[in-house]
Amino acid sequence: MTVSNFPTNEDSEAREGLPTEPRRPSSVRRFGQSFAMFRNGKSITGLIIIAVFAIAAIFAPLIAPYGPLEKDYDALKQPPSAEHWLGTTHLGEDVFSQIIYGTRGVLVVGLVAGVLATFVAVFVGVAAGYVRGWKSESLSALTNVFLVIPGLPLMIIIASQYDDPSIVLISAVIAITGWAWGARVLRAQTMSLRNRDFVQAARANGEKLLRIITVEMLPNLTAIIASSFVGTVTAAVLGLTTLAFIGVIPITNLNWGTILFWAQQNGAFPDFWWWYIPAGLCIAVFGMALSLVNFGIDEYVNPRLRSAGERARAMRKKGLSTTSGVTEVRATPAEDPQP
Amino acid sequence: MRFILRRAAFYAFTAWAAITINFFLPRFMKGDPVTAYMAKHQGDFNPEAIDSLRTLFGLDSDKSLWQQYVDYWGQLLTGDLGVSFSKGLAPVSDVIATALPWTLGLVGLSTIISFALGTLMGSVIGWKRGSRGDYVIPFATFFSTVPYFWMALIFIAVFSTQLGWFPASHAYDKGTVPNLSWDFIGQVIAHGTLPAVTIVFASLGGWILGMRNMMITVLDEDYVTVAEAKGLAPRRVLRKYAARNAVLPQLSSFALALGFIVGGTLVTELVFSYPGVGKMLLDATNAKDWPLMQGLFLVITMAVLLANIFADVVHAILDPRTRMMES
Repeated sequence: MTVSNFPTNEDSEAREGLPTEPRRPSSVRRFGQSFAMFRNGKSITGLIIIAVFAIAAIFAPLIAPYGPLEKDYDALKQPPSAEHWLGTTHLGEDVFSQIIYGTRGVLVVGLVAGVLATFVAVFVGVAAGYVRGWKSESLSALTNVFLVIPGLPLMIIIASQYDDPSIVLISAVIAITGWAWGARVLRAQTMSLRNRDFVQAARANGEKLLRIITVEMLPNLTAIIASSFVGTVTAAVLGLTTLAFIGVIPITNLNWGTILFWAQQNGAFPDFWWWYIPAGLCIAVFGMALSLVNFGIDEYVNPRLRSAGERARAMRKKGLSTTSGVTEVRATPAEDPQP
Repeated sequence: MRFILRRAAFYAFTAWAAITINFFLPRFMKGDPVTAYMAKHQGDFNPEAIDSLRTLFGLDSDKSLWQQYVDYWGQLLTGDLGVSFSKGLAPVSDVIATALPWTLGLVGLSTIISFALGTLMGSVIGWKRGSRGDYVIPFATFFSTVPYFWMALIFIAVFSTQLGWFPASHAYDKGTVPNLSWDFIGQVIAHGTLPAVTIVFASLGGWILGMRNMMITVLDEDYVTVAEAKGLAPRRVLRKYAARNAVLPQLSSFALALGFIVGGTLVTELVFSYPGVGKMLLDATNAKDWPLMQGLFLVITMAVLLANIFADVVHAILDPRTRMMES
């Protein structure tokens, strides 16, 4: 791909007279289009599940029947009942209320870590993809170093250096160990965009670097940015609950991992199943919702994934086998040489 | 040759970066638990141990940072990682050496089993797309997001406490001294099965999904259609054309996901009280045993790095292109 077909910088006067861009669709429609990657069954299912958790977190005081640390000494280690939907802990705390309030800790850390990590990933990834030579190589090497270094041991060591790590600190540590994957994918995509005609044209037009990156490239990267954000949030939720379960995070930061930590510390296993099953299920279901969103984005980016199952089923209905290429040639049902 | 040099340079750089991070970590520490500990137990240390700890934790602040860094490297190259506070001031390298074989055996074996099994299942599911195999996908999705430690807890509750099939914790029966007898090997297998199954189960889903998606992408390529049109046996097309190409990205993601998997398996060790590196790291954290934590982080990172080199070599063997051109 060369730039020779495009007007070069010399005729700048002529360029200024021309309309700089073709007509664009209205801003409302463009805004709607940028969410096209979420418009499929998998993404919507995932988003609905996430919304349910978000509502639970925001309206926790209204939904939870008790305070998260409210103790009822008459009901210790009770199995689920009408009064305590998910039973009680060894101190008579309501497990259901703890889970509702714990959603807050999970969502806040997931969101903050996800946003931080995505910012770093976009910055490093796009820069590494756009610049060339040793700058690109060194940014890429930095990314690879952070990919290889195991995150959890690093998190454990940093978090344990503080007696009372704040939520922001925990999120920052998770973000530091979690940005590299997104940066790597973004770099690859930016490198491929850099050589496309429209970017070459923008560069030939003498547009500023910042404008090329924000206006020409970023809209084409939204799907990958979204997918790397969702991926980081998943990793952050797993990281946070793991740290809480180990006991590195102070128990004042209530989340699902903290519930499991208390359950293990107080001998809930294996008899008091209501204490540890729901919290773990919440982590798994929330993680699955995030994965579903990401699968939806994957299928939007790579349509082969979307249609593979449907096409195969349609072929099978016609009596054709997907695993034999000869049949694929027969577009119209002709007489079979072999019944 | 150029490829090998490039990769070697990358690994050398990563190793250097990891060691340097390890050097700076304690220097960012707030407060100074090490000085406090050393002041309290002044008499217990021999002078050499104090010297090496001062270098490791940047307590020799009368020296320049560069000098500290040089000393630190000198110490690492002689295998001196300081002494462990919680293990009776034994050298950290000796303490880690007792835990490393257990982790290498458990994590290494179960990760390889999981990768091989998941790749195999993924390629078959991708090959028979649209068939009943697709029902595996939702389950794989669910299991790929379940935290390792929670699955370990559930497995213990079901298979150990309820059914009594496997022992719930430790690597061998209490009171046994590790030796090379059939009895001891049997114990190790009996104790290791449940943690291994947990790790395989928890990581299997990701491999299945990754391989399935790669297969579906590869199956649309022209060379697969040509191979089919030539009338090659489907099995041959699956193995030599489709799966052979789909496994390459799978291998790269194996190398990259390793750091993440190792994190999960370390916590699994804690749940099973398995005497490996992960449990040792968490014990060291609880005991505020800084030298041991530092040493363990270094060893874990180096192990992941070695596994990456291994994956790279396999990749180069399978894919002639990487050997020819720059990555």
